Amino acid sequence: MYELKSDTIDIKNIFPQVIESLFMEDENVVYLDADLMNSFGTGGLPEKYPDRAIDMGIQEANMVGVAAGMSSEGKKPYVHSFGPFVSRRVYDQVFMSAAYAKNSVRIIGSDPGITAAYNGGTHMPFEDVALYRAIPGATIFDIVDAAQFEKVIRMVRDNEGVTYIRTPRKATRKVYEPAEIFNIGEAKVLKDGNDVTIIASGFMVAEALTAAGELDKTGISAAVIDPVTIKPIDASCIVKHAKKTGAIVTAENCNINGGLGDCVASVLAANYPIPMEKVGVQDEFGEVGTIDYLKERFKLTSGQILKQVNKVIGRKAGI
Amino acid sequence: MNKELEIKTKEFAKSIRLAQINMFRTLGFGHIGGSLSVTDLIAVLYESIMRYDPNNPKWYNRDRLVVSKGHAGPALYSALALKGFFPLSWLDSLNKGGTNLPSHCDRNKTPGIDMTTGSLGQGASTALGMSMALKKTGQNVFLILGDGECNEGQVWEMALSAVQHKAGNLIGFVDCNHKQLDGKTEDILDMGDIAAKFNVFGWYTQTVNGHNVSQLYEAIRNAEQNACDRPSMIVMETVKGKGVALVEEIEFNHHITLSAEQASQAIEEINKQEN
Repeated sequence: MYELKSDTIDIKNIFPQVIESLFMEDENVVYLDADLMNSFGTGGLPEKYPDRAIDMGIQEANMVGVAAGMSSEGKKPYVHSFGPFVSRRVYDQVFMSAAYAKNSVRIIGSDPGITAAYNGGTHMPFEDVALYRAIPGATIFDIVDAAQFEKVIRMVRDNEGVTYIRTPRKATRKVYEPAEIFNIGEAKVLKDGNDVTIIASGFMVAEALTAAGELDKTGISAAVIDPVTIKPIDASCIVKHAKKTGAIVTAENCNINGGLGDCVASVLAANYPIPMEKVGVQDEFGEVGTIDYLKERFKLTSGQILKQVNKVIGRKAGI
Repeated sequence: MNKELEIKTKEFAKSIRLAQINMFRTLGFGHIGGSLSVTDLIAVLYESIMRYDPNNPKWYNRDRLVVSKGHAGPALYSALALKGFFPLSWLDSLNKGGTNLPSHCDRNKTPGIDMTTGSLGQGASTALGMSMALKKTGQNVFLILGDGECNEGQVWEMALSAVQHKAGNLIGFVDCNHKQLDGKTEDILDMGDIAAKFNVFGWYTQTVNGHNVSQLYEAIRNAEQNACDRPSMIVMETVKGKGVALVEEIEFNHHITLSAEQASQAIEEINKQEN
């Protein structure tokens, strides 16, 4: 069982050191940003690394194309902007210049879903996972906490194809210790259980662990799984727990159309169909507010997970 | 350009045109107009400018070419086959299932193709990325844009960015054949003075007759010597379908059919052209 702790480190404050150490390790690593370096802690890097930390200005499409061109010459680009601007805004560039052309680009989309908070609906990507899922060969991470972020940024350095990392910029609830090892396509079972399996990504992992703790008190044993990568999805882990618990609830900071829930549903439909319910954004646009307000507004809470768990257990029992 | 090289380059352009017509005859249709309009440039690049090795298409020290108007693939495939990058027999496979020569350029399928293109405007940025990656090692990156393609905002994002990042090894061309799929560029989305636009963005800009191999050659050499750390744009005045009267005469000649009889007529016409 993984314990939830509070974390005071903002993810954006980790990135500069991580990318700098990657610069040291590998002369081909480059980092491009679209005028959001000061929002991502990297404002000081271009002066120090003028050819490797490059501010491309407010030109996300050009930035992704430039990164793809650099990849074709052996560079290992990381690019960053807010989630919507490195997903829906540049979908064709990511699709053709990077993925289709077999250029390898690591794309960091910050402030996923409601974590865009005061920036509101225009900046609040609920659809990015669905978009990236439809790109052949893409790898998708939905970051849980700072420890996972650091490990993922390092581990994708040599990853081929398009890698999309949706990550909060601010401190999150802490789930993982720095020593945790992650692998692409390998889920983490954060808590074992017998009655229901909760599969959650991003900040919903913390909500899932909280919900599982509440369920324990009522005698319901819930497993909690972080898929780590939404694509490729760890189908064997999902099927194993589907067989063991007979009911699944997914929880994601995304539109329920095309996100983690749909991904899990595809695995179940093909391998072991059992009752399943989703927690996620119910096909709506975002809006402004605090994280706490938005969690309630879009029902991205441990309370909503509990409701769906009760519903799915009822279905399992044929009620 | 000395006379000998000029004659050789014109002869090569003729061979590229003939090879293209044969490709289109085999298929019966294709992007004939825009492939013929860049043919003289492709001939200049592969006969007299670019450093490359057909036996080692990925040779690191080679110059790069990004044909961002990816539908001009057939002109490039003809040049690459004639230069020995792959067998001439491949040309008969244009656009057939399983081919290595798709309608739009694909760097993973065709030896000698440096970048995948097809969604217009995107080759502009990938070429810039390549030039930034190669800035210290001295290879040139050549980029071919269409005038219709310049409708795309991404071209102008790149135009700003290339100056900012001092892409002096990037030499671009705009194939101004004055037509896009739906009609004349001035009727669809008038680009006005494209050279003046690039110039005001800070590019080293020249305008040439895109069918005059000597002018093209001199403009490229001039750009190499004088642009310094500025990117270069060579705006080419061209004719869509150049070199084949029956294609030139068709008003909407972006993607057209070509019968065996028309192909024979075209081949006869190309063969008659004097160097």
